[in-house]
Amino acid sequence: MGLELYLDLLSQPCRAIYIFAKKNRIPFEMHTVELLKGQHLSDAFAQVNPLKKVPALKDGDFTLAESVAILLYLTRKYKVADHWYPQDLQACARVDEYLAWQHTTLRRSCLRALWHKVMFPVFLGEPVSPEMLATTLAELDVTLQLLEDKFLQNKAFLIGPHVSLADLVAITELMHPVGAGCQVFEGRPKLAAWYRRVEAAVGEDLFREAHEVILKAKDSPPADPTIKQKLMPAVLAMIR
Amino acid sequence: MWPPPPAPEPGSSPLSTESPENSCCCENSGLPGLMTTPSETRSSRMRVLGLGWRGPTGTEPGPGAQAAYRLRFRTCWLWLVGVPDTCLSMGLELYLDLLSASCRAVYIFARKNNIPFDFQFVDLLKGHHHSKEYIKINPLKKVPSLKDGKFVLSESVAILFYLCRKYSTPSHWYPPDLHTRARVDEFMAWQHTAIQMPMSRILWIKMLIPMITGEEVPDEKVEQMLAEVKNSMQLFEEKFLQDKMFISGDHISLADVVALVEMMQRGQELEGRPGTGRRTQHFSVSQP
Repeated sequence: MGLELYLDLLSQPCRAIYIFAKKNRIPFEMHTVELLKGQHLSDAFAQVNPLKKVPALKDGDFTLAESVAILLYLTRKYKVADHWYPQDLQACARVDEYLAWQHTTLRRSCLRALWHKVMFPVFLGEPVSPEMLATTLAELDVTLQLLEDKFLQNKAFLIGPHVSLADLVAITELMHPVGAGCQVFEGRPKLAAWYRRVEAAVGEDLFREAHEVILKAKDSPPADPTIKQKLMPAVLAMIR
Repeated sequence: MWPPPPAPEPGSSPLSTESPENSCCCENSGLPGLMTTPSETRSSRMRVLGLGWRGPTGTEPGPGAQAAYRLRFRTCWLWLVGVPDTCLSMGLELYLDLLSASCRAVYIFARKNNIPFDFQFVDLLKGHHHSKEYIKINPLKKVPSLKDGKFVLSESVAILFYLCRKYSTPSHWYPPDLHTRARVDEFMAWQHTAIQMPMSRILWIKMLIPMITGEEVPDEKVEQMLAEVKNSMQLFEEKFLQDKMFISGDHISLADVVALVEMMQRGQELEGRPGTGRRTQHFSVSQP
């Protein structure tokens, strides 16, 4: 049994891992864990990841959770090109800095934008007040400004002249509000130009393939009551 | 420049070097000083800069050497005096407030590994992290920050990895083995949202907001946060610690330092958690 990746491309971190593995021709067996069917909450999946989240990795007997840990594991095991996670002390520190920062900032804002704008009303049938949505989108706006001002600045990519894990993790996050219909790049030419560069670095076809699911999120059929009841506590905890 | 230089007192000598403002800020903060006293520091620096009187063999230098010494002395003296010690160092600076768990992780790790640094106190309760001077250092307005010459870094996890690599600390802190290292990475990633975020919220809700505004936060909010923390502690024991001595196995690593400082924020979450209590003991034993 080779490398197995447990993913749902609805999830931002899963997309980052999918793109990274495919781009670097890392052979893996994909197991789709459908979040909207609650498959991540099953006992069977808990054997792979007791945290009951995707993504998860299984490499023989070794299991691993957390997308940042998985990306670093793949980087080291498959000895990918240096620019993804540079050997240079300061460049590497910049990647680490972004990967640490984004957990409670961009990831959170992008998740909340998708759920408040689309998934709560469309999938869960729960209305979201205009005030709540406005607050969420304003938060997203602040985080996007930080991404531009502190991390991107005038560089081609977040760390410097070459694409790295930081760009991959960031871009897959931004596709969440894009999937929700938010005009994330409107009025942000710097960010838009960076997005095009990352897409080109990854490959347009691969990028499109990885984002097919999220771009159809608005068309999700409503959840049946059993699923809704099962998912609600986890969803609320996730976006608190 | 950090902290902002104080205004000179009227009538004070421009060559005065021993005013309290010029002393090391880690001594001001009442923390164990990593730097020597100001006068010792200056004389040792003068020796390092080649301003000592004696030649390398320890014999009395000739007229040429004396003249060269006087020239060096005059050139450097005015530069040395009146400049706060913290600026003379030009080495590693860590901007910290030990009220913050992530600052404590960086502080403990640096001290444990004898990494020399200037402690720059950023008083969170006084809002120093929002000051113009601090925003120049870290526009994210958070602590900890690291400044190494011109290189500035935020995020405690990134700072810990940087220190590990730059100072080649013992390998158990961030083990080279692929799987063991991945375990450290896994915890370091998970703890941001599972422990650090709710613990930080509890600190604000239970202590800082009432202290600053004089108002208590509703009980339901507190209970909600505590429930989240308790759930995370359970996951920590069952998934990350299990029956091992430390998170990555038999030896302490960065993951344990980060975990422990968060748990020290509030002791009561450890009640009824023998695994975590045992680990706290092991951690204390491994400290000097």
